[in-house]
Amino acid sequence: MSPFLAEWWDLRDLGNLVGAILEWISERGAPDWVTYVLSGIVGIVAVLLWAILSQLAFIWIERRVLGRMQVRLGPNRVGPWGILQPLADALKVLAKEMVTPRNADRVLYWLAPILVVVPAILVLAVFPFSPGMVVADLNVGVLYIVAVTSTATIAVFMAGWSSSNKYSLLGAMRSVAMLISYEVVQVLALLAVPVFTGSMRLGDVVAWQDNYNAWLVFLQPLGLLAFIIASAVEVNRSPSDIAEAESEIVAGYHTEYGGIRWGMFQLAEYVAGFAVAATIVTLWLGGWTLWGLEEWVPGWLIFLAKLYGTFFLFIWMRGTLPRIRIDQLMGFAWKFLLPLMLLNVLLAGLEKVVWTETGASAGLVLPAFAVLNFALTAALIVGWGAIAGGLSPRMRAKRPLLVREVGGIYYQPLP
Amino acid sequence: MARPGAEHRHDLETIDLYINVGPQHPATHGVFRMILTVNGELVEDCEPVLGYMHRGNEKLPENCDYRQAIGYHDRTDYLAQFNTEWTYCLAVEKLMGLEVPERAEYIRVILGELNRVASHLMWAGAFGTDVGFFGTPFMYAFREREVIQDFFEAVTGERMMYNYFRPGGVAWDVPDDFQEHARYVIDHVRRGIDDLDALMTDNEVFLARCRGLSPVTPEQAINWGLSGPMLRACGVKHDLRRAEPYSIYDRFDFEIPVGTEGDVYDRYLVRMEEMRQSLRIVEQALKQMPKNGPIMASGLKRVLRPPPGEVYARTESPRGEYGVYIVSRGGDKPWRHKVRGASFCNLSPLREMVVGNYVADAIIILGSIDIVLCEVDR
Repeated sequence: MSPFLAEWWDLRDLGNLVGAILEWISERGAPDWVTYVLSGIVGIVAVLLWAILSQLAFIWIERRVLGRMQVRLGPNRVGPWGILQPLADALKVLAKEMVTPRNADRVLYWLAPILVVVPAILVLAVFPFSPGMVVADLNVGVLYIVAVTSTATIAVFMAGWSSSNKYSLLGAMRSVAMLISYEVVQVLALLAVPVFTGSMRLGDVVAWQDNYNAWLVFLQPLGLLAFIIASAVEVNRSPSDIAEAESEIVAGYHTEYGGIRWGMFQLAEYVAGFAVAATIVTLWLGGWTLWGLEEWVPGWLIFLAKLYGTFFLFIWMRGTLPRIRIDQLMGFAWKFLLPLMLLNVLLAGLEKVVWTETGASAGLVLPAFAVLNFALTAALIVGWGAIAGGLSPRMRAKRPLLVREVGGIYYQPLP
Repeated sequence: MARPGAEHRHDLETIDLYINVGPQHPATHGVFRMILTVNGELVEDCEPVLGYMHRGNEKLPENCDYRQAIGYHDRTDYLAQFNTEWTYCLAVEKLMGLEVPERAEYIRVILGELNRVASHLMWAGAFGTDVGFFGTPFMYAFREREVIQDFFEAVTGERMMYNYFRPGGVAWDVPDDFQEHARYVIDHVRRGIDDLDALMTDNEVFLARCRGLSPVTPEQAINWGLSGPMLRACGVKHDLRRAEPYSIYDRFDFEIPVGTEGDVYDRYLVRMEEMRQSLRIVEQALKQMPKNGPIMASGLKRVLRPPPGEVYARTESPRGEYGVYIVSRGGDKPWRHKVRGASFCNLSPLREMVVGNYVADAIIILGSIDIVLCEVDR
């Protein structure tokens, strides 16, 4: 499947439709730069519309799924099955008054919710929804993802600092501390992918996986696990939502925000969630491919299905896990994930060298690497967990002692 | 008790950061307020501020008839209403030398123990939210609590302020399907407790947060006057239902859960096990309960006038020792009426437990005490 080959009505690639329109325009005598700009605008609008609409859909899905997990119904009044609830909420948020605290730093306070959305949307530009369906086909796609997402930290800190609220300040401090720590882990987890596949262009990584019929999840399970954990931190979702820990610091860095400004933070959180899910799908889960099914089903549908499936994982985590303390979270990043990720990069490099040096066939070498990497992942997690022991809690009975007679003391603190 | 690093000071001149937690805050379980002095994320000082809920619940009954005062005890500890009513009724009965009929005693035990389960369920749900669950244990706990509430509603006609126990017995007889309804409640709640257990007890993050947090030694616990699950979690084998069996507690076979380290996790474990033991007691009481018989001591006047004297009655309420002290001078009203609130005493060492921990842990420690602000402030 290559782009612009089929007729415009071939929905396997929406680019066909756009291409047909642009061709029609240029035939009418428009200069080249017009079609160039137009194609960019069409891509941007499409991605923005998709991000916002699927955010609305996903808020509904998340609330329904969480409701199901928590033996309640979730939204069920506005529209059929409450499906219009997010829309009603969005309208409510738009109509609400935006209050600025008296002591706030007005410029920063106004700017932060705008800046926080920008990187979340920018990062969507490089994901190939299907072959050729990509707004900006950068040859440094992986680097671009890392570079753009990390700027959201600044906006979060601006929000926390400018609100002149102590909860906000604490939330911003926590946010910056953990984002910087997990950024390192995330970069190292991502790094192993270009090392092994030999390209930073996301389309090439997907094509590599398609070519060898091997999703990278089978070759780099450790990197994927670390990336999922780091992403949960990065997009501020439970169990690491400590920057907006509701029961401790009210709402963290956006405590003082209301109305659509608060809505922007929500939007950024969801879109960033989609972005990490898209990263996971593209780099580890084979992107638009599904073992030949992409010949029959539009690739972008497969991509979106995988993306939503990955996002569901984050909802699931939110429904079942409590919050980690900040020092535990930081310790986990620096003592546990970081050494493992360094090893992971080293391993990916070694495997690449072995593969190219020996010149073995892919059918032989990839299954061997998969088995080796799964074994090493299990061994490293268990082994390093035991070595870094300070993190793992002491073994202890999970039941209290049961006594029949009162009086006396039973007290046996462990050393 | 302070963690390493809590004493750390910079050479730079810094000012302390005060964080005001409450009275309106998602984590304070009512209108409790604590002012935390923090150094980064570490708590250096904690000043609890009480009294937002003070309504004169000790003074008001001194202007009431002995039966009217029961309602004020409902409103003291609004999560363990039967237990508080029971304590007050015990005090009046002790003062007047009343003999409570057998059937009434069993009704009291069943309702009181189920109320303990309801109260602990409420605690488990709220504590889960404190630890950072997104409401899942809260909803699990409330599903079961709802079943118990329905049962109480069927018996007393109320969902919150039951006003059902009276000095000398209970106000009216239970509905006909009392036994079946109670058995249904037990089955339902037992499964619900297992659900909660499966969700929280083994959860790795939950363990990391709660284990070893703010350990209290038995000596400290006794010096601070802790009682109830807080005391038992420290390893002190003490339960008023066994130590001085009031009512008919000497007839039941139940065990007392005791912790080993006195940390937050032990408090959680003790409460979870207490719910199971309470259900055991209810089961036995349902079996032994006489089918019919009087539910009220005979020969009581319309207005109770106990003889002069003073009395202190105490029971094991879900939060610990709930005591009522009454001085009578022979009239139709108590001359002095004093309440010993369990969670007020349990709350008093908050500063000692919180200082040196992280802000996030301060919330968990506060949650693990299981305070009811109406009882703290009275």
